[in-house]
Amino acid sequence: MTLPLLFEQLLNGLQLGTMLFLMASGLTLVFGVMGLINLAHGSFYMVGAFVTAWTAGTTGSFWVGLGAGILAAAAVGAVVELLVIRRLYHRQHLDQVLATFALILIFSEGTRWLFGSSPLWLNVPEALSGAVALPGGSRYPVFRLVIIAVGVLVAVALFLLISRTRLGMRIRAGESDREMIGALGIDIAKLYTLVFALGAALAGLAGSMIGALQSVQVGMGEPVLILAFVVIVIGGIGSIKGALIGSILVGLVDTLGRVFLPSLFKLFMAPADASGVGAALASMLIYVLMAIILAFKPKGLFAAND
Amino acid sequence: MSDAVLTLSHLHKSFGALQATQDISLDLRAGEIHALIGPNGAGKSTLIGQITGHLTPDRGKVQLAGENITALSVAQRARRGLGRSFQVSSLADSLSVLRNVMIAVQGLQGHSFRFWKPVHRDASLVEPARAAIARMQLESRAETPVSELSHGERRQVEVACALALKPRALLLDEPMAGLGPEGSARLTELLEELKHEVPILLIEHDMDAVFRLADRISVLVAGQMIAHGVSDEIRANPLVREAYLGD
Amino acid sequence: MTVPRIHRETWVNWTLLGLLLVAPVIANALGEVYYVNLATRIAIVAMAAVGLNLAIGYGGMISFGHAAFFGLGGYVAGISAFHAFDMTPVLSWPVTMTGTDNLLVIWPAAMLACAVLALAIGSISLRTSGVYFIMITLAFAQMIYYFAVSWPTYGGEDGLPIYLRNQFPGLDSNDPLSFFLICFVALVLALAITARLMQSRFGAALSMARINETRLATAGIAPYPIRLVAFVISAVITGLAGALFADLNGFVGPSMLSWHRSGEIMVIVILGGVGRLYGPLSGAILFVLMETLLGGLTEYWLLFLGLVLLFVVLFARGGVMGLLAGRARHE
Repeated sequence: MTLPLLFEQLLNGLQLGTMLFLMASGLTLVFGVMGLINLAHGSFYMVGAFVTAWTAGTTGSFWVGLGAGILAAAAVGAVVELLVIRRLYHRQHLDQVLATFALILIFSEGTRWLFGSSPLWLNVPEALSGAVALPGGSRYPVFRLVIIAVGVLVAVALFLLISRTRLGMRIRAGESDREMIGALGIDIAKLYTLVFALGAALAGLAGSMIGALQSVQVGMGEPVLILAFVVIVIGGIGSIKGALIGSILVGLVDTLGRVFLPSLFKLFMAPADASGVGAALASMLIYVLMAIILAFKPKGLFAAND
Repeated sequence: MSDAVLTLSHLHKSFGALQATQDISLDLRAGEIHALIGPNGAGKSTLIGQITGHLTPDRGKVQLAGENITALSVAQRARRGLGRSFQVSSLADSLSVLRNVMIAVQGLQGHSFRFWKPVHRDASLVEPARAAIARMQLESRAETPVSELSHGERRQVEVACALALKPRALLLDEPMAGLGPEGSARLTELLEELKHEVPILLIEHDMDAVFRLADRISVLVAGQMIAHGVSDEIRANPLVREAYLGD
Repeated sequence: MTVPRIHRETWVNWTLLGLLLVAPVIANALGEVYYVNLATRIAIVAMAAVGLNLAIGYGGMISFGHAAFFGLGGYVAGISAFHAFDMTPVLSWPVTMTGTDNLLVIWPAAMLACAVLALAIGSISLRTSGVYFIMITLAFAQMIYYFAVSWPTYGGEDGLPIYLRNQFPGLDSNDPLSFFLICFVALVLALAITARLMQSRFGAALSMARINETRLATAGIAPYPIRLVAFVISAVITGLAGALFADLNGFVGPSMLSWHRSGEIMVIVILGGVGRLYGPLSGAILFVLMETLLGGLTEYWLLFLGLVLLFVVLFARGGVMGLLAGRARHE
């Protein structure tokens, strides 16, 4: 095990973590404010990636694509909220799960219908395509560092938004008391649409950026969605702080586990077996982490009130 | 006190900086109705929670028939003979009165992991449940879904459920709330008979009912027990008059 | 007491079951094996949903991870057949266990495996409730899925073919109608057991745990063990369906464990009418027919499933049974 490899993997874990945070913060915000479990959150990630890849392909500019991807995700989020989601706030969780599962089917098949089954590709923008030297000699792609930076910026912005602005005050009021917020004369329907669209935009941002690292294809949002669920279960549903810490934890544990567990097993197993067993166990690691945390804190690390 | 069925000793519970109950001691003796009164926000719900097991006290002890039950769960306390009714009706609305009471009988017998015999053909469940329903004079409503009952009837079903547990001590949380004068009088009558079978800790807002029914009264104000005594003592107590009766 | 009268729902139930039995018999007589297998598929999928309905409909436990049990049941059948075919042991330590193609051995093994997994997943997940429970069951099922994908011994991502269908003593399980009858009987048993269970003391306690947990605890019955046992029984039924499914398809792969599968089983429960004994059967009939008919017309049939599902959830909450048999009766 070399130090540069460790450093590189730490950064990879951090990059996965910040990307998860973009997903998880929207999910947890929507649950905290509206009490809604949204399975279709991964669809906004996919929409962001597809629109970015398509627009960038057409205009030749990643940045135009990125803007279009975020806007499209936010717009789709707002429309979905207006048409479907707002009918679900007072429903049971079962109804919310099914309706948003239906939305996944509609979005996935709709996207397949529009763009076909073969994946789209998105290139890292020219300006960010280089690599920087890490201490120890290895080189690390600039674009991944930018993703980490964007994640950190979003985290800071969200904290400021929630603790310092009028909108944030309303969000906090909505979390603690849905009746009171109505009494304050706040247009609750508008607030909900706004919060939902904000969450969708963050998911779209994540999808747009990741689209430059992976192929853009139908169903790409689902594994990320499930990781984001693990994150907010660990962090405590409704807590942005929990989402942040959970994201970093899951990102690091997953990335480092996949790299180091097989080598660990090679110390006392035949190499072929070790890589199989190591990989299989590494894929389970974050769920084991979740189980352990839940065993001690059934409501997650930073549980909100309910 | 050898005849104390339920004893609370020095219960403390705080939520953050708020001292919800401070050093509460109280006992419930065989054959009596002991009323617990106090203005809203006095900490009654917190105290009830600590008795029933929904809350764990920070300090202090709850004993039932001499056994320390402080660390037991709601279900374990119920199995040891602590019956209760709820302030807000907590019956299963979609089920019949009989089914609601039968679950209490089932709890008393402690055989919930039987998977085969249909409960409606199980006389050992149906008979005691019908008896408890009859005790509350609700025979004619046994097959009716709870959702179709009047408010007063629901109160009676609540008590029937508690009775079906054959409790050693009964905790009734505002059983008179929302009852008209007629229903209130009827329940008062029933409780007066009942206390000879099982002592009752009565939490109640209806002062007429309290002074009529209670053998002893404890007054809770701002998390502290400010007075204990028989009705007349409480009526005359200047502290109580000031803090509670608003003089 | 009124004279016992057969309810409309009972008529609907028996009609559905009768149709499911008669249709493949006629199809078989006409030599239409395809339709026999379609009916088998309906019976199996319905049984998986009967299992989930026990958790969701009767127990109020919204498990989004039942594919784990469906898939595990399938893998037990597949792995056993694999070793029987290969003549290699399933286990060589601590005891030697050989593979078998005897369904009477495979089924209990599949059920046992699912019971153990459900006990592990349930004991952790049931410490929580509400949204946490949904997400955690989903996450654990996903854990099993990734494990199957990355474990190379049994095909990993590619899955495991079952070259010869496992055998039922005294019957030719390769004969489509015989295999249908095996699955049909299993479904009827699952329905009968669920019905009986829900009338028992255990069922009474489980219903109360769903309707009003505090009331149950106040009666001296701890809700947690009741729920856990129900979760395990539910998993065992779904797992057995999974074992049958693997044999029907001659294949088991990670797709049986995927979260889409969990969603699909849940959709069947809801389409049929949640918490109603025959809801899973009517849901399965509707689902498989839609899959076959719409899937034949367009490759985007899931888009239409999504629209139908959205409509049912938003506007027609009783599902098919609600339409056919009216509102649910009081228990």
